[in-house]
Formats: sequence, structure tokens, C-alpha cells
Amino acid sequence: MLAKENSINLTFFLPDTSSSEGAVFFDSGISAGFPSPADDFKEERLSLDRELIKNKEATFFARVSGQSMIGAGLDDNDLLVIDRSLEPEDGKIAVCFLDGEFTVKRLSVTANGLWLLPENDRYSPIQITEENEFVIWGVVTNVIKKL
Amino acid sequence: MYALVDCNNFYVSCERVFNPNLQGQPVAILSNNDGCVISRSDEAKALKLPMGAPIFKWEAFCKAHNIAVLSSNYPLYGDMSNRVMSILRQFTPDVEVYSIDEAFLQFKGFQYYDFNDYGTQMRRRILKWTGIPTCVGMAPTKALSKVANKIARKFPNETNGVYVINSEAKRIKALKWLKIEDVWGIGYRLAKRLTAKGCKTAYDFTQLPDSWVFKNLSIKELRLKKDLEGIASIQLDEVTNKKAIATTRSFDYTYDNLDYIKERIATFAASCAEKLRKQQSSCYMILVTLSSDRHKKTAVQHRGSQTIHLACPTNSTLVISKEAVKAVTRIFRKGVKYKRAGVVVMGLVPNDNYQLQLFAHENPKHKPLMRAIDGLNNKYRDNKVKLGNQDLEQTWKMRQERLSPKYTTNINDIIKITC
Repeated sequence: MLAKENSINLTFFLPDTSSSEGAVFFDSGISAGFPSPADDFKEERLSLDRELIKNKEATFFARVSGQSMIGAGLDDNDLLVIDRSLEPEDGKIAVCFLDGEFTVKRLSVTANGLWLLPENDRYSPIQITEENEFVIWGVVTNVIKKL
Repeated sequence: MYALVDCNNFYVSCERVFNPNLQGQPVAILSNNDGCVISRSDEAKALKLPMGAPIFKWEAFCKAHNIAVLSSNYPLYGDMSNRVMSILRQFTPDVEVYSIDEAFLQFKGFQYYDFNDYGTQMRRRILKWTGIPTCVGMAPTKALSKVANKIARKFPNETNGVYVINSEAKRIKALKWLKIEDVWGIGYRLAKRLTAKGCKTAYDFTQLPDSWVFKNLSIKELRLKKDLEGIASIQLDEVTNKKAIATTRSFDYTYDNLDYIKERIATFAASCAEKLRKQQSSCYMILVTLSSDRHKKTAVQHRGSQTIHLACPTNSTLVISKEAVKAVTRIFRKGVKYKRAGVVVMGLVPNDNYQLQLFAHENPKHKPLMRAIDGLNNKYRDNKVKLGNQDLEQTWKMRQERLSPKYTTNINDIIKITC
């Protein structure tokens, strides 16, 4: 996320490092003197937890290994945020359990069946048939990468 | 209306969420220290692998039948349990967490609800969000909801995992089906006594006269009887705090060294004291046990125990540890190789409500000290602050040779996904 000259507009937010709740305590002190004008406008600091985890009971993390989804921004070693409570739908990226292994792919529901689409030309789509042992484990909501 | 929600083969189910290859396979989970089988999948039950089977005796059996055997992974089970319990709280505010995999729910003001439908929703949501299969039993009383749960578990095809006892006919049918030894709160010995009296099912039990139950058993059984009759007599939350807390473990090897055993006892005592403080109780009695390896028939056998009565109740690690170490020194015999030891604290009383003594009182400095130790250990984890008689190097010397990763509580252990 490097901002090069004016090519990308980046808005920066202060991350919350104190706690996952991110409440801010404004203390305007004792009544002597002018009260802080900010008191009436206090808001909670941003929290990544709240931003990335909409349903904490159903959220799990996983680590990516492999190249087949680089087109969708999923690189080796990225951290995935998975929400099991979301309904898998056409076009969503999901963690699936296919024939004894976990994999992550884009779901495609077409007239001729369910497909798992990679986002890298060197990989081919996989059609799910009756022979496959297949479970959609959860829908990926966010990717967290280290730069 | 009450519900009992029970997770099916909970430990096995947790493992299966993160390793779906275990789905449909026989799986067994071992106790702490890889001692014996404490959770089995339905497939392992069908193969007649007994509950509590010591694994070293059953190893060959498990291999022959391809039973996957795993160490218990409590960080994982604890996290999954918390998820299940908080999902249940979305359905009613009145939830009593009864054990790691069971909860009683009470529904006040839900009279216009279709409980079969509501139970199905609970079950579906837990399964979808966490991957854990459950059974739901619902009825007008707690004891009956336990019965309904048994029916849901026993007849998955007919009930789809949810059973509601909502009529007199269903109640009687259920009670006639349930054997007396399977009734919640009726122990092995009592069941035997009742069977001898011709009382073979839960229904027979409800036919006994109230006066007989009260006179020959106790108020507890009388309440249970009323509950089974459909008259709510057992309240939610009645059994929150434990009556005794135990920390018992097998050692990794056998030891004939008193210093080593004293250290272990001090550690077990510290663990009991910490649990006491967590549930805001104190104890009047400490039981210490020590025994040799009973499976090694050739070795000198010795097992002993001592009970210590305290002048005033305590939950101070200092007091409990000191007394427990004194007791084990008295039990210890030279030349015996010991394999197992335990500390049990009993006679528990709530901190805010116990009999004060005229002449004995607890050192007032202990309370703030314990608070400080608990605070530090909570913050830095792994019990960083210990007493001097505990080994600082030794964390849990637990045998966990077949442990699965801590998928949900350690960032280095999360599932890997190839793509």
C-alpha cells in the first residue's frame, strides 16, 4: 500500500492498538477552565476487529498456500477471514473441502453445474460432480496481507 | 418451556470441523496425558471401543479397525464451546451452561412459538456457523427436556435432532421408554436400589408415592420426580458451582523421589486453588491421593490418601499447597514407584457467605496477594507466577503425542488452504 506520487489516493486511518474495543476516554478534567470542545463529538476509534469480523461466532482464519487465486488478490501466506454464516453464492470466493483437502476458489453456479474457478491462467476450472467429496466450508470475506 | 441442547460427540465433532477427512470415520479422543478414551464418534461406538478404555491396552484394536486416535485439544474445544453457547444466547437470554458441550435454556414468554421450529433453527444455526452437530430436547421442565434430548439423539431419522414433549401422551410415552438408570440425577447405586423395588423405568419412578420418595430418598429426588411429572421444580442455574474440584494426573514416568512428587502436588494444589478463586468459592477440606502404577503387577503396589480439614475455609494457593504437600509427605513410602497423584478440594462454600470462626482466621494478606497473582497470570498466560515449591521450568508435563493444532486460538495453527 505504497502511495506513489498522485497515482492513488489513500486515506489513512489510525489503527486501534489499545484494545479490540477501541473506546476512547476523553477526560476534560475538573470544571475549572474551558471545557474541551471535543467532548460533544467523541467517537470510538476504529477497530479492525469490528471492521473485519461481522459475526464473531462464525468467523475463522486460514492461511493461503499456492498460486491459483493470485488474480483475486490471494497470494501465498495471506491470511483469510472466513465467515461460515454467509450463504455461498455464485461469484463468491469460498473455502471448500474437496476430495480430502481444503481449497479456496471462486464459486460459479451455471446451467451445467457447480464450478470452482481459479484466478490464474495456469490452472483450470474444476467441475464438481457426484463423484467428488465436496463441502463448502465458509465464505471468504477479507484477505489480510503482510507487505 | 425448557430446552437441553447437547453437542453430539463434542470433542470428535470439533476435530472434524477442521479435519473433515475424519467425517464418517471412527475417531477416539484421549484424556489428558493420553491416558484413556473420553470421546468416541458413533462409528467408534459401533465398533464397541469402550468409553474409558486405557489406550495402551486398546492400541492394537484401534489400529486393526482404523480408528483415528487423538489427544485432547482443550483450547480448541473451549473456543468452539464458547461459540456454541453464545449462539444459544441469541435464542433466549436464559442459558445455563451445564458442561462444555451441554446447556439448559429457559423460554419465558415464548408461548406462541412453534418450539419444534425454534429448536430446528437453533440446531441449524449452530451447525452452519460452527460445524458442530447438536441435539435439542424441549419440554415444560428441565428433567423432561433432558429426556426429550435423549429421544432426539436416539432417533435422529424420526426427529431430525429435535424433540419436543408438549403433551401428556408424549410425556408418558417418553417416560415409559426411558430406563431408570438413564434418568438424569439417578446414579448407579440408586438405580440398582429402585430396580430391585420393581421400578424399572422413569415412568415407574413417577408412580412412587411422594411421601416414600421424600422419606427414603431425599428432597432432591422428590424434586426430580415432580419435574418428570411435568411440574417445574428444578430451576435454571441451580447447579452452577461445583461441589468439588479435582486435579489428578498420571505422571509421564514413575517416580520414587519425594521431592518430585511434592512439586507435582504443589502444582495440582495451585491449579485447584485457582479454580476455586475463579468460581468465588473457598474449601473446608483437601484430599490428597498418591498411587503406584496398578498396571505394573510386578512392582510394589501402594496407594494412599489423606483428608485435611481446615479451621477456616480458604482459596489461598499458599495454604492449600502447604497442607497438600504436608499430606503427601505422610502418604509417601520409600521404595514405591508412584505413577499417579491428585488433589481434590471439597466442602466448597461461596466466598461471600460462610461461617466465621471465633478463634481461627485466615491471614488477611493472602487475599490481595492471590488477586495479584491471578491478575498477572491472566495477563501473561502460562502461569508465569508460581510458588517457589513449583518447578518453574515445568509447564504442563502432559503427554500429547497425537495433538491436533489449536486451529482457532493460535495464529500459527490456523488451517492451511492450498489453492
